[in-house]
Amino acid sequence: MSTIEQRVEEIKEDLDFFEDELQKYEYIIDLGKKLEEFDEKDKIPENIVHGCTSQVWLTHKQKDGKLYFYGTSDAIIVKGLVYMILKIFSDSTIQELKDIDMDIVHELKLSEVITPNRQSGVIGMMKKIKEYALNA
Amino acid sequence: MFRKDFPYFQNSKTVYLDNGATTQKPKSVIDSQVEYYEQYCSNTHRSNFGHANKATYEFEKTRKLLKEFINASKNEEIIFTKGVTESINFIASSFAIDFKTVIISSLEHHSNIVPWHMQNRTLGAGLEVVNCNENLDFDLEHFEELLNANPNAFVSITHISNAFGKIHDIKTITKLAHKYGAIVMIDGAQSLAHFKVDVQDLDVDFFAISGHKTFAPTGVGAIYVKEKYLKNIKPYQTGGATIHEVDYSGSILLDSPYKFEAGTQNIAGVIGFGKALEYINHVRYENIESLENKVFKYLNEELSKLTEIIFYNDLTNCVGSRSFNFKGIIHDDIGILLDKMNIAVRVGHHCAQPIMKKLGIRGTIRVSTAFYNDYVDVDKLIEALKKALSMLKD
Repeated sequence: MSTIEQRVEEIKEDLDFFEDELQKYEYIIDLGKKLEEFDEKDKIPENIVHGCTSQVWLTHKQKDGKLYFYGTSDAIIVKGLVYMILKIFSDSTIQELKDIDMDIVHELKLSEVITPNRQSGVIGMMKKIKEYALNA
Repeated sequence: MFRKDFPYFQNSKTVYLDNGATTQKPKSVIDSQVEYYEQYCSNTHRSNFGHANKATYEFEKTRKLLKEFINASKNEEIIFTKGVTESINFIASSFAIDFKTVIISSLEHHSNIVPWHMQNRTLGAGLEVVNCNENLDFDLEHFEELLNANPNAFVSITHISNAFGKIHDIKTITKLAHKYGAIVMIDGAQSLAHFKVDVQDLDVDFFAISGHKTFAPTGVGAIYVKEKYLKNIKPYQTGGATIHEVDYSGSILLDSPYKFEAGTQNIAGVIGFGKALEYINHVRYENIESLENKVFKYLNEELSKLTEIIFYNDLTNCVGSRSFNFKGIIHDDIGILLDKMNIAVRVGHHCAQPIMKKLGIRGTIRVSTAFYNDYVDVDKLIEALKKALSMLKD
């Protein structure tokens, strides 16, 4: 079972493979298409991620001391980012999630980590994940 | 033709189409900043040694230039601020606060909405909003109804919508407002980059001006105040350089404009603003309008060829900004991909959420041009939009 750090490293390696920025984003768009169907009834205000310029919903299930996350977005590229975040943080123990270092996503070197209105959708997702872990 | 005057375009490969947010600066403006800091950096209106006198002279030269530029009648009517936001907040809190009703348009950006909320005004309770039609045209009939129902109101209206480029007919609006005893402030944030403004011809009472959207440095702007209101306005802040005499029994303030410019000002910024105005005088508005109109029209034609594009207004009375979406595509996705292709536009609500809500959208893609943008910029934008759409629709 890999750690959160290892999963970040794996995704970073995948992204670093692309020298061309547009190819990288084509890959991210494709990742978004792999997202599990998100239940429409979960698109409720409680599951909205704050800090995203696009709309993002994130929900979770708890099983055997671990949290599993589900999410989606109305924006296509952001869907890809959601996929990456779920891949990194899903299937982690509650304690691991409580200890998340928010700076870890900067390793991915995606400009979307720092968004124009000084809010980060990715950081918003991580905060939501941490919130779910703290309340678990 | 004038693009070479802007160092940014020699140093950057970015296709810059975000002029509604801020414009690029000509070399003369940039040089003036270096010159002030390297050669005569001193405070203004205080010390009287050589460099301080030069700094004061250059600072006041901008006031005179701006007075002539917008055809104000006196230098005293020009008060420097850090920008349109401060200009509006200043007049809102120092003058308009005493008015029972404030009337704004449907196309205001947050800088001309939130200051009124801070005075506990909400729709129907001290704040009224003039409707616009489906082409975002100002509803003069509704305006007159509001003026009639709220005599002696304070009217605060944008000249050009930052989000949609829509130009309001300020002369007609002001004339009608005055007929009902209202006083008029115009948010001119987007105006001076595009065309000549004559405050006496428009007969406005206040006119808020942005420096950085007019080729000047950031952090500088001004408010024009018609002379007859100068005595009724309380200073927004007080402090150094506003004072005639102080003792512990009280303070006697200087006259306008100095009593409104407390503390050390953005000296370099104001000097740079003067250089920007000189630069516009050198280029001349007739050239600015001619160059910009051609490219803006071409932009609209080329955008219109893209399938499933959605505009919110036609080109009638529209300048500088073209706002749109594509059916089924979130504007954020387009913004991210255009950035990767070195195209700078703004996507989002453009600090104008109420009109976005009225239109039932969360935002738009806004392409905002200045006179230095050319057909090649438009072609590169269109090519990038086509690529982005093909990626997102795949």
